[in-house]
Amino acid sequence: MKKLKVLIVDDSSVMRKIVERALRQAGLELTEVLEASNGAEALVQVQKGSLDMILSDINMPVMDGLEFLKNLSTIESARNIPVVMITTEGSEARVVEALSAGAKGYLRKPFTPEQVKERVTPLLGGSL
Amino acid sequence: MTLATKTSSPTAVRFDPYWKSIMECAAVEVFELMAGLRLELVATPGGEAQGEQTAMVGMAGALRGMITVRCSRSAAGKLASLMLGQDGATNPAMTRDALGEICNMIAGNFKAKVSNLADHCMLSVPTVITGEDYAMDTASPHDSVTLALAYEGECICVSLITHS
Repeated sequence: MKKLKVLIVDDSSVMRKIVERALRQAGLELTEVLEASNGAEALVQVQKGSLDMILSDINMPVMDGLEFLKNLSTIESARNIPVVMITTEGSEARVVEALSAGAKGYLRKPFTPEQVKERVTPLLGGSL
Repeated sequence: MTLATKTSSPTAVRFDPYWKSIMECAAVEVFELMAGLRLELVATPGGEAQGEQTAMVGMAGALRGMITVRCSRSAAGKLASLMLGQDGATNPAMTRDALGEICNMIAGNFKAKVSNLADHCMLSVPTVITGEDYAMDTASPHDSVTLALAYEGECICVSLITHS
């Protein structure tokens, strides 16, 4: 299995740790985990180098997940990075908006490692 | 010419006593999925929530109010360690943040289960109070429901307080 470099974007440091733990418990081999606390910080991380996947919260200060997705689509080198949105909100509208803006999937909190695996691994395709 | 609005205006959702069972379902699910705990409902000791750690998440829009999760510092530490590993129990900031996230997820899960709330109720970021010597007063009129979940001989209390 290929080792993955992922970016986790969430304004809660605890939530970032929970997501990383869930990815590892889901059996993914992570070689590097980058973190950002909002969309603007995430865009800086994206510019730094190749990523296999981005997992991003929707509701964040400074730049939210939807704005991040829109900005991400303008970066040529980032267009093929799968993005999974993570949300506490039960709002279908927000999820639809995220998928329309380019997200490849979403996870609703609370989630289990099994649900993470189910949603994330199909998106990694050639990376695994 | 057609005018389209991006979001529809929220219609106020009134408190329903049946929400206690929805709250129970939402809370039990969060503790089970995030901490691997199967918690059961017990009678609230003394009729009021107790404990040194209280997490709160505000609600605005179709439903205005607050959801709180209150427990002892040791229970909060144990929950954090189940969610984050040993670091969660030994780092007080992580313990508080973990309880805040639990409260946030219970609030999100609750509103997802009540029709008309998912798209029309917004949640605040979580706030965590440390200490027992405080009283919470809410502007009247209001309704509330509290449930106590048994955890290792203690109670984790989850409350919903709504403005009518």
